[in-house]
Amino acid sequence: MSTDPTTTDRTATARPQPVPLTVVRSDLAHHARATWVVTRRELLRFRTDRARMASMLLQPLLFIFVMGVGLGSIVDTGGDLSFQTFLFPGVLATSVLFTAAFAGVSLVWDREFGFLREMMVAPISRASIIWGKCLGGAVVATGQSLVLLALVGTVGIPYDPVLLLELVGCLFLGSLFLTALGVLLSTRITTIQGAMPMLQLLITPMMFLSGSLFPLGGLPAWLSVVTRLNPLTYVVQPMRELVLGHLDLSAGERARLLPALTWAGWEVPVGVQLLTVAVITLALVGLAARLFARTE
Amino acid sequence: MTAVSNTVREPAIEVVGLTKRYPGGDAPVEAVRGIDLRVEAGQTYGFLGPNGAGKSTTIEMLCTIRNPTSGTARVAGFDVVRQRTEVRRRIGLVFQQQTLDQQLTAEQNLRFHADLYGLSRADADRRIGEVLEMVALTDRRRDPVLRFSGGMKRRLEIARGLVHAPQVLFLDEPTIGLDPQTRAAIWDYLRELRQRTEITVFVTTHYMDEAEHCDRIAIMDHGQVVVEDTPEALKSSVGTDRIALRTDDDELAIARIRERLGVEAGVHEGQVTLAVAEGAHVVPRLFTELDVHILAVTVTRPSLDDVFLTYTGRTIRDSEGPRPGAGRVGAR
Repeated sequence: MSTDPTTTDRTATARPQPVPLTVVRSDLAHHARATWVVTRRELLRFRTDRARMASMLLQPLLFIFVMGVGLGSIVDTGGDLSFQTFLFPGVLATSVLFTAAFAGVSLVWDREFGFLREMMVAPISRASIIWGKCLGGAVVATGQSLVLLALVGTVGIPYDPVLLLELVGCLFLGSLFLTALGVLLSTRITTIQGAMPMLQLLITPMMFLSGSLFPLGGLPAWLSVVTRLNPLTYVVQPMRELVLGHLDLSAGERARLLPALTWAGWEVPVGVQLLTVAVITLALVGLAARLFARTE
Repeated sequence: MTAVSNTVREPAIEVVGLTKRYPGGDAPVEAVRGIDLRVEAGQTYGFLGPNGAGKSTTIEMLCTIRNPTSGTARVAGFDVVRQRTEVRRRIGLVFQQQTLDQQLTAEQNLRFHADLYGLSRADADRRIGEVLEMVALTDRRRDPVLRFSGGMKRRLEIARGLVHAPQVLFLDEPTIGLDPQTRAAIWDYLRELRQRTEITVFVTTHYMDEAEHCDRIAIMDHGQVVVEDTPEALKSSVGTDRIALRTDDDELAIARIRERLGVEAGVHEGQVTLAVAEGAHVVPRLFTELDVHILAVTVTRPSLDDVFLTYTGRTIRDSEGPRPGAGRVGAR
């Protein structure tokens, strides 16, 4: 290495011209790859953060055992079904709620700590950053709920592989929706102090009015409308239907614990419910990607 | 890839009439007012100016982060607006603010970068090893960035900017807030880098002494490039060198200088001092023509601080406020 600070004689021929090593293949493959890179970072970050991992694994246990047992002592399901069993699908949904939404809002952290810029100047599209964030958050949140799913036996739900897979599918969809919501919020709100209360304000009513903690039958009409506008309702309802479908319940019990979800008198099939969530999620991600591209 | 022709090479950066206006309602701000720049491949180009001069906006337009209002810019042969992705593949960036993922290790940060730029597994392994070695962080590769010092983080960021073998490396205030040893080390890395590959380095800095490391310098003020040249030429353009002599006969020396060189000299602080245009050319004549015994000679070149003062009407620190670590430049 030269220690002479003056301009040294640097002839062009002596030094090789750098050749870009980046490979840009066909567009879709490139987007998919970029999305996967961003997704993987989310997983890597989760894995390296022991405290976050521990708290997120313990939190759902708290829900099912403390809340289930506590509330179960005063709630009478009016049959053989324990309140914990009834509660279980709702707890599953609640457990992914916070993890997923916070994962979405981590975009604000990325911006604040500067890392976002590293992604912004890379030869990848803005949309793949958004998709990567959403998928990463959704995978982490779904992964967390697997701990709870492993415990279905303790609340009297059979270990049926098909049921478990179906539940994982619902949870993933719900997680993706919530992460997208967090990401969308992050495109508009640029400070952590602003984003966190806003997020709480959005997801707490969503949690209570989704049917996760109590049946949605017998609510006042106006509240009933609100629950039908809550996308999370269409995640909790199918999961509860799946779970209760695997149990022996009388028709009366079933009707009371799982009142039919109707739109103006029409009973909405499970498929349509899930499709609704999927469409809303796609719209949120699309909107987030568009806002993100415009403002950053 | 194709062979590089040794004929006239395309400039690494070519900017024509680049303008950026921020709509501000009643008072739109014209941050960059139609600048022209040309940076040849393989050069180290210094971009100087006070805050608010338009440096950051310019660098952001060159890096495709911001779209120009008008004018064109080509980087590594591609248009920064229409061929954004092509430009991005060929540039490396080191930002003023830290942009590492603190939670991840040094290697994970580099790996993420390599993946973002689509490097093959083999290329990524090779380049990560190379750049870590270059900035002497090989033994810390598995440590989380959280535990790194400011200087180490900066070195890692430079390494990361080089992982994908860019043709042009942009550095925005790479040495800000670092101690003098680390600053010197970073310039050593950059110098070594230039010797190894035909990389173009575009660097903004506040430290006038660092601008001396550059092949060419542009000084920007109020959204315009006020002057552009080599550090040497800029220094010559603003004035004269000062020669100070210690002799055994000052009277005779002053008389001879007047007689033979046609320059008025005086005694200041016990030394014969005179001002000339090219100090280095005058010193040999002093020895042969003065007929006095010369004990010591000092030639003081005008500093880039003087250049900055001349072209912007203020010193770089006047315009910035006090800045820790910015030693009085020129008094080296």
